Amino acid sequence: MDSTGSQGFEIVARQDFSDVTFLLEVRHPMLARAARAGQFVIVMEHESGERIPLTIADFDRDAGTITLVIQAVGKTTREMQANCRAGTELYAVVGPMGIPSHIGGKKKVLCVGGGLGVAPIYPQARAWKESGAYVIGVVGFRNRDLVFWEDKFRACCDELIVCTDDGSAGIKGLVTEGIKQAIAKHPDIEEAVAIGPPIMMKGCAEATRPHKIRTMVSLNPVMVDGTGMCGGCRVKIGETVKFACVDGPDFDGHLVDFDDLMSRLTRYRDAEREALERWTESCRIRKDEEPAMATSYLADTPSTDA
Amino acid sequence: MAKKKTIRTIPQERTPMREQDPIERARNFKEVACGYSVEDALREAERCLQCADEPCVRGCPVSIDIPAFIQKITEKHYHGAYDIISDTNLLPSVCGRVCPQESQCEGVCTVGDTLEPVAIGRLERFVGDTAIREGWASVPYIEPSGFRVGIVGAGPAGMACAADMAKAGCEVTVYEAFHEPGGVLKYGIPDFRLPNDVIDAEIEKLRRLGIRFQCNTLVGRLFTIEQMVTEMGFHAVFIGTGAGYPSFMGIPGESLNGVLSANELLTRCNLMRARDFPNVDTPLQPGRRVAVIGAGNTAMDALRVSLRLGADKVSCIYRRSKTEAPARVEEVHHAEQEGIEFHWLTSPIEILGDEKKAVRAMRCVRMELGDPDESGRRRPVPVAGSEFEIETDMVVFAIGTNANPILGQTAKLKLGKRGYIETDDHLATSIAGVYAGGDIVTGAATVIQAMGAGRKAAAAMKAYLGLRDTDGVYAPDDQDPSTRRFGIPVEERGFSRVRLP
Repeated sequence: MDSTGSQGFEIVARQDFSDVTFLLEVRHPMLARAARAGQFVIVMEHESGERIPLTIADFDRDAGTITLVIQAVGKTTREMQANCRAGTELYAVVGPMGIPSHIGGKKKVLCVGGGLGVAPIYPQARAWKESGAYVIGVVGFRNRDLVFWEDKFRACCDELIVCTDDGSAGIKGLVTEGIKQAIAKHPDIEEAVAIGPPIMMKGCAEATRPHKIRTMVSLNPVMVDGTGMCGGCRVKIGETVKFACVDGPDFDGHLVDFDDLMSRLTRYRDAEREALERWTESCRIRKDEEPAMATSYLADTPSTDA
Repeated sequence: MAKKKTIRTIPQERTPMREQDPIERARNFKEVACGYSVEDALREAERCLQCADEPCVRGCPVSIDIPAFIQKITEKHYHGAYDIISDTNLLPSVCGRVCPQESQCEGVCTVGDTLEPVAIGRLERFVGDTAIREGWASVPYIEPSGFRVGIVGAGPAGMACAADMAKAGCEVTVYEAFHEPGGVLKYGIPDFRLPNDVIDAEIEKLRRLGIRFQCNTLVGRLFTIEQMVTEMGFHAVFIGTGAGYPSFMGIPGESLNGVLSANELLTRCNLMRARDFPNVDTPLQPGRRVAVIGAGNTAMDALRVSLRLGADKVSCIYRRSKTEAPARVEEVHHAEQEGIEFHWLTSPIEILGDEKKAVRAMRCVRMELGDPDESGRRRPVPVAGSEFEIETDMVVFAIGTNANPILGQTAKLKLGKRGYIETDDHLATSIAGVYAGGDIVTGAATVIQAMGAGRKAAAAMKAYLGLRDTDGVYAPDDQDPSTRRFGIPVEERGFSRVRLP
C-alpha cells in the first residue's frame, strides 16, 4: 500500500485475441463475488492514468478473478496493451458499478454482441441460460481471425449465429443480418440484449423495433468517477436525462437517443488524439534508443508479492 | 497575569493575511492566501478579548475552545494551541482555510460588535500549518475497546467520525470509492484554496491514530451496508457519502459538448490533475470563454479554476443578486479581484450549439427580485423581453447536487422524499447500529458542518456501543450541563457500560 492508500490489483492472466483486442484476468475475490451480468468496473492503469469504465466480461467466484476484455483504441488502452502482463498490477480497480441487468422471466432471448461488445454479452447470455431461457446468440466480428470465445458462447447458447463482415466465418454481414435471421426463425423472441459500439446498438434497436421486441442496450459514455458524481455520462432516454453509471448502464434501446450519445462520445476527441500521438511518439523514441531491449522483458513472470 | 484587555487596548485593525497578487495568481494553482507569519499570528491573537461569554465557541459547529487556543498563541505555546484545537478538531489546517467563519465563530465574535472580528480562521490555520510543519500529532494513548467500526466515505464527515471512534479505541476502517481518500477536499476544493499536501498531511495524522483507509471500494455495490453489519463484523457503521449527484437545469442544449457539471470540471482538474494533461491521462476541454451558472462556493471554485486553466473570459451567471449569493464573502471577493465577470440577476434559458454540437453561446434573461420565497430570499422573476446572448464555448453548472442514489438502491435504509437518508436526532438510521451524517442526510452543506455531523454521530455510536466517552473531558459544575462538546449528556460521561463485542 502506498501513501495514498491505494493498493495494486494483480493481473493473473492475459490473452490476446487480435492485434487490438486482449483479455485481462484480474484478482479481486470480493469483486468476483459481488459482480453480476451487466455491471462494469473503473480501472486506472497507473497513478497518473485515466479512469476508464470497462464492462465485466466474466467473473470466476471460485478463482476470485474478474475478466476484462479491452480494445486498444486510445492512449490508455494501448498503453495497457503494451504494459499489462500476468504478474503486473493495475493501480486501481473499483466496482462492480451500475445496476445489474434484469435477467429472468422470459422464455426466449436474443443476445447480440458486436466488436468490443462480444465479451460483455457473454455473462448476459450465460445468466439468461441459467435463468432457464432459450438463448440465441448473435456475435459479430470483422473476419475469421478475430473470432474469439465461440466455444464459450456455444456452451451457453441454444443457437449461435456468428457474423463476419467478409463472410470468412459464419454468415456474411453485420449483426443486424443475424438478428433478422433469428427473428425470422423465432417469431416468439421476448427480449433482446445488444452490446457493442453505439452505432451497432442503434442498428439492433432499429432491427427489433418493428417486431416490438424489448431491446436492452448497455451504454458506454464518457465518465470519470462512475458513482453518479460527475454527470459526464448523462444520456437522453426518451424525455428524461439519466446518468449511465448509476441509473444504467442498461437502458431500453428503443428510447435511447443514440445520436446524442455518439456526439457526446466525441467530447474529448482532440485531447485523446493528442495523448495518443504523444504516447506513440514517445514509444518510438524509446524503441530507437533501446534497440537491444529484449522481448523477455515482456514475458509473463509470476508475481513475487503473493 | 497581564492587565485585562479591553476593546480600546487591543490592536484595532484586523491583521491582514498576505495574498498572492490577483493578476499573477489567476494563472497559477498555488495557494492564494499565504497564511500568517508568527508575528502576524501573535499580533492577531492579541485582539482576542478572552471574554467570559465565548460566543465563538457556540458559533463553532465542533465547539473548538477558541479563546483557550488563542491564549496559548499569545503565550507562544503553539503546541499547546494545537492540542486544544485537536481535542475537538483533527483537521485545523483544512478548517482554517475552508470554514465560512464569517457566519460561524467570527460572525458572533465580541470584538466584531465594535471592530473587525478576531481572525479566528487564520489563527486556526496558523496553528494547523505549524503542526504539519513541525510534525506534531496528538496521538493519545488509546485502549482498544474491541469494537470494529466501518465508515463509508473518506470525506470530512467520515474523517471526523473515524477520528473520534479511533480515539475511543475502536478499530476503524474507512471505505472510499475513489483511489485516494479525502472526498470533496480532494476532488472538489482546488489546490489554490486547499493544497492537496495539506489534506494528505491531515490524513496521515488519522492513519497514526490507527485508522485504515481502504480506497477503490464502492460500498453498496462491492458489499452492502447490511453485509457490513451481518457478515463483515462491524459493530457500528457510519455513512458519510456526501450528496454529489449534480443538478442540471433541464434547459435546451444541456447535452451539447462543452456543457458539464462543476463536479466534473473540478474532479478532472483537482483529483485527476487534468491541468497537467498530457503528462497525466485525464483530459479537460479547454474553455476560452467560460460561463459558470450558480454563485455558491462550488461555483466560485469552478470560475477560478477555469481562469487558471487559461480561459480568456470567465463569467458567473446567477439569477439573484450579490447579496443572496451563497458563496463565502471572501470567495466572491477573491473571484472579483481575479477578474471574473459577474452577471447578477441573470438566468440562462437555452444553450446554443454550432454544427459540431459544441457550445457557441447561451441565451439568458434578466431577472428582478420579487417577494420573498420559502427560503426567505427574494424570489427572482424574469423581466419580459430582456433576453440576450452571451458568447461562450463552455458552460458549467454549479447549481447544487442531489442525493447519491447508490446506497438507496442497495440498502434497505429509510430515505426521505428527495433520496437523502433519514435519521433520528442522534443521526441513527433505520438500520440498528448504522448512523449517517453530512450531505447525504442534510443535502449540500459545508465541510465543517459535515465534520460536526461526523462527530455527533460518533458520540451516538459510542453510546450505542456502550463505550464511555474516552476523550476525558468532564464539564465542570459551573458549565452548561448540556453537552458542550460531544452531544453526550454529562451524566453519561464516565459512565462505563461495558458491552463485550
